[in-house]
Amino acid sequence: MERIPILKMGQYLLVTIQVDMHDRLAMSLQDDLTGKIVSTRAKGVLIDISALEMVDSFIGRMLADIAAMSRVLDAETVVVGMRPAVAITLVELGLSLAGVKTALNVERGMELLRRRIEGRGTDDAGTA
Amino acid sequence: MPVLLSEQKPIETSEDVVAIRQAVRHRAIELGFNLVDQTKIVTAASELARNTLQYGGGGTLVLEGVQDGGRKGLRLTFEDHGPGIADVQLAMKDGYTTGNGLGLGLSGARRLSNEFTIDSRPGEGTRVTIVRWR
Amino acid sequence: MPNEANTATLISLLKADEVGILTAWVDQQLAGASFRSDRISRKEVAAESQRFLGLFRDAIGQSVDVQSPAWSASRQALEELSSTRAQQGFTSSETATFVFSLKQILFDRLRAELAARPVEFADATWTTSTLLDKLGLYTTDVYLRTREQVIVRQQQEMLELSTPVVTLWDGVLALPLIGTLDSARTQVVMESLLQRIVDSGALIAIIDITGVPTVDTLTAQHLLKTIAAARLMGADCIISGIRPQIAQTIVHLGVELGSVVTKATLADAFAVALRRSGLTVAKIGTAPRRTSAPREADAGSEHED
Repeated sequence: MERIPILKMGQYLLVTIQVDMHDRLAMSLQDDLTGKIVSTRAKGVLIDISALEMVDSFIGRMLADIAAMSRVLDAETVVVGMRPAVAITLVELGLSLAGVKTALNVERGMELLRRRIEGRGTDDAGTA
Repeated sequence: MPVLLSEQKPIETSEDVVAIRQAVRHRAIELGFNLVDQTKIVTAASELARNTLQYGGGGTLVLEGVQDGGRKGLRLTFEDHGPGIADVQLAMKDGYTTGNGLGLGLSGARRLSNEFTIDSRPGEGTRVTIVRWR
Repeated sequence: MPNEANTATLISLLKADEVGILTAWVDQQLAGASFRSDRISRKEVAAESQRFLGLFRDAIGQSVDVQSPAWSASRQALEELSSTRAQQGFTSSETATFVFSLKQILFDRLRAELAARPVEFADATWTTSTLLDKLGLYTTDVYLRTREQVIVRQQQEMLELSTPVVTLWDGVLALPLIGTLDSARTQVVMESLLQRIVDSGALIAIIDITGVPTVDTLTAQHLLKTIAAARLMGADCIISGIRPQIAQTIVHLGVELGSVVTKATLADAFAVALRRSGLTVAKIGTAPRRTSAPREADAGSEHED
């Protein structure tokens, strides 16, 4: 089965979802991502959904779960690139995606990630 | 009301759910829906198709292009012969508050559609019909 | 009841003197009260008429059902003609005259030919009339469809004009809404607004409704939904320009603003936006004063990569 690629960029993980995901693929993404956060000790996760023409309650729940799981693993998550039609539909659907930080594009998303990572964990031992 | 086109799709695997999203999108575009309305009906279809698969044990979708007076619409009928739902109203209310898949999918699909009807009998199955007008 | 036999005379008349009929028809069109000599020349009319008459003659020999494949070339010709005339600004009846003026000519010829055979004359006239009526109505349908498309395009152009976007500062967008926001227009305007936010990559969008005279419940709800959508996408929104009457309406209608920030003026909203961006405005020559806790980005710390 195909898997969605996860790129490592320094202490961040970048995921670009470009296919119409079936449920099993979404679940395997969740598994792969949490696994990689641990193995790479990533501090931030950026999920690019700019190619998604639709986000339903299952995918919305997946994003919220990824954000929550990452936080438990001491990483911040930002979802970027939500399309207007998708956002309007999610509002109509009544899905708030509480707990998921969003940004308009990858650049803004990275800025947000940096700020959030800096803003917490100042008692962590600094990395070289 | 006159039916302009009719298509049937199986719902047996999660790949079928993906195929259904694409088929519904395609038909919606053909019927001239704008982007937001397309997205709404595709999302509703995804919710209901998933319900049919996960809770209904698999089933079918019938897509129909319909016409009522001057307006055109897309009618989707999801049917399964699964366990059925004992109390639909409760499921939809609960689903919304607890985030349970079945109820959430049903209430979500209703919010995204212009018309929504559900017929479910425990032990026999469930049929959900939604319509979105252009 | 129209049938093929009733068209026999018509077909033979056309075969015998198509040129004569054509000339008479063109003359009839040009002489008509609704002829627009400013929009179309005799040459163009003659060319269109000649083309159509030829197709008409071919089709009528095969069938009297204008919906059948035998008539598709004729329908096509009428579509092109009607569509062109619609775009050129002709009225619906001016366009339909093309077909209806042919009736007169054909009736004249039929009467001359079938003077001694009144029953045949009546049948042939009826068949011809029904045929041309259907074609005339078809022309009108195409005309209306084309006009609709023109109107839709004009509406879109007007929409572009009525949703200007102003970049107040890096990452701060102002979107003044102008005019009455009826339910239909609001939806379209809101989608356009969200797209602009995406295109600009703004962090904060100030939606100014100074130019909106009244707001009803539906519009208020649309506005709130749009703001919810913008936030979902990752942009923050502030509503500004709320007139006293609108404030009253919002309270009377019981619209829940929730956590949406609202300001009376665009200037106030801009000040909020600047603060949120960690910026301040200072007089030249004076050192900028830190008035509030700086955002994390200002901390000036190096971050490891």
